[in-house]
Amino acid sequence: MATTLAPTVPPRARRHGSRRGLKGYLFVAPFLVFFAAAFIAPLGYAAYLSLFRSRLVGGTVFAGLQNYRDVVHDAAFRDGVLRMARFLITQVPAMLVLAVVFALAIDSGRLWAPRFVRLSIFLPYAVPSVVAALMWGYLYGPTFGPITQTAHHLGVSAPNLLSDRWMLPSIGNIVTWEFVGYNMIIFYAALRTIPPERYEAAAVDGAGAVRTAVHIKLPALRPALALTAIFSIIGTFQLFTEPSVMSTVAPSAIDRSYTPSLYAYNLAFTDQRLNYAAALSFAMGAVIVLVTAVFVLAASRRRS
Amino acid sequence: MRAAAAVPAPRARVAVRVNLRAVIRRRSVPLTVAMFVCVAYFLLPLLWLVIASTKSDSGLFHSFGFSVRLDDFRLWQNVRDVFTYGNGQYARWLLNTIFYAVASAGGAAALATVGGYGFAKFDFVGKRAAFGVVVVSIMVPGIALAIPIYLLFAKIGIVNTPLSIIVPSLVSPFGIYLMRVYAADAVDDSLLEAARIDGAGELRIFAQIALRLLAPGIVTVVLFTLVATWNNYFLPFIMLNNPNLFPVTVGLAQWNAQASGGGGAQAVFSLVITGSLVSVVPLAVAFLFLQRYWQSGLSAGSVKT
Repeated sequence: MATTLAPTVPPRARRHGSRRGLKGYLFVAPFLVFFAAAFIAPLGYAAYLSLFRSRLVGGTVFAGLQNYRDVVHDAAFRDGVLRMARFLITQVPAMLVLAVVFALAIDSGRLWAPRFVRLSIFLPYAVPSVVAALMWGYLYGPTFGPITQTAHHLGVSAPNLLSDRWMLPSIGNIVTWEFVGYNMIIFYAALRTIPPERYEAAAVDGAGAVRTAVHIKLPALRPALALTAIFSIIGTFQLFTEPSVMSTVAPSAIDRSYTPSLYAYNLAFTDQRLNYAAALSFAMGAVIVLVTAVFVLAASRRRS
Repeated sequence: MRAAAAVPAPRARVAVRVNLRAVIRRRSVPLTVAMFVCVAYFLLPLLWLVIASTKSDSGLFHSFGFSVRLDDFRLWQNVRDVFTYGNGQYARWLLNTIFYAVASAGGAAALATVGGYGFAKFDFVGKRAAFGVVVVSIMVPGIALAIPIYLLFAKIGIVNTPLSIIVPSLVSPFGIYLMRVYAADAVDDSLLEAARIDGAGELRIFAQIALRLLAPGIVTVVLFTLVATWNNYFLPFIMLNNPNLFPVTVGLAQWNAQASGGGGAQAVFSLVITGSLVSVVPLAVAFLFLQRYWQSGLSAGSVKT
């Protein structure tokens, strides 16, 4: 069959190939149209806006990179970025370590009711972050909150979790609660793809559960770890919902520039400083890309 | 076990018995206990939410958070209050959320499926560049993007409409990335070649052959975008100022601001709490039933990078 078809196939395939090329555009075009409309165009428009500034007298004038210069020297923006950096180096590692530990525990086959454990840890991901923040806001409540009540019953005094000092860890706890399960599922999925032969080889070598985890499972988690770390970096720098909801419960602990995105929001919608808000959004994007790039470089250097 | 002893395959029998014993011996009580303590951390807040939803406003503040008081069991009353307060605005928010989530998830999944298949199975000029831009855009923070989208939509006059929520949600760069990875694997090239030799058109091949093979990946993308839209707060928060268009997240935050500000005549803490519970239930149920799709989709996305 192959021999009889052989002479006719190449030209037909080539003709098909070029036609299929055009068909390829047909398939990707709908997405790319929306992508251009809701992604490229807004970014382009905001980039354009960020080069202008409006004055009380004289209207909107071209300002070149002046807005960006102002952002760089904006203490409120810098404080927000530094606060998120502190969040990044504490909350993200804690969350990812917990997620890895849970995934290893479930994958080890040594748990009773592993399905129940997995689902319970994943469940908070189904809770909208607004609801998570509202709920924890009540739980943290310094007078009626169950945490304070429990501490009171035990005869110890709980710190005011909604105070200035505790706000960042309190928000960190909410984010951890929400996303440990999501990250755990990613790690667990990665662990399930390890071929059984590798475990058998390890067993033959007499490796115990811990050594198997360290030498076979952890290396297999590396791509997933890189992915989750990148998503966490992106998520951290755009923290908005939790501080925004918490600011209604504890207005004194969260100011208008507590996080960069809260600041961008207030600039754009409270102050109506759209041009400056556009520049600040780009600066925020630049910080995220920069931190992500540094992370990716560091991770790939360690691997090689 | 006795019957198995008669089977003339001693080595296999031993292996089975060892495995059974090994499985039971492998179960670890200390590890299980430790994990259950951790599970409590994830479930207790939700348990508190359920219990708090059974209380009146005064019960909320004058009883221990985790105690259920049968003399003050007002769950049904609270749920009714949630749906009747402010001329039933909560029901409207819930319907808005469902509408936004279904329209966004359906549309985003359709675009991602067709596009991901196109990127995976066709060669065309500019493919690498286009896909590269899409992948880089996964890194663009949604909030840094939302303000520019607002500015543009305000310019063309579609802020404060459902379109302003749905159109940005239709574009899921992660979804198209996931579908490309999935399609490359799940749809066999030789199958497509065979169909082409039989003279089937590309659209027919996609609709009748590929679509079925892509189904699990599609479900995953639907789940992702559904959750993302259902939980979205920032975009509707900045786009909408007509309360009739609010999704439930923005509505609840507004109720909460009212309750904390103490402005309203009626105390609305129990409304906020019961409303929160009601908004969580649909997704939580969906999660329990669709869990395996998360895993399959996430493994496709994370392992094959």
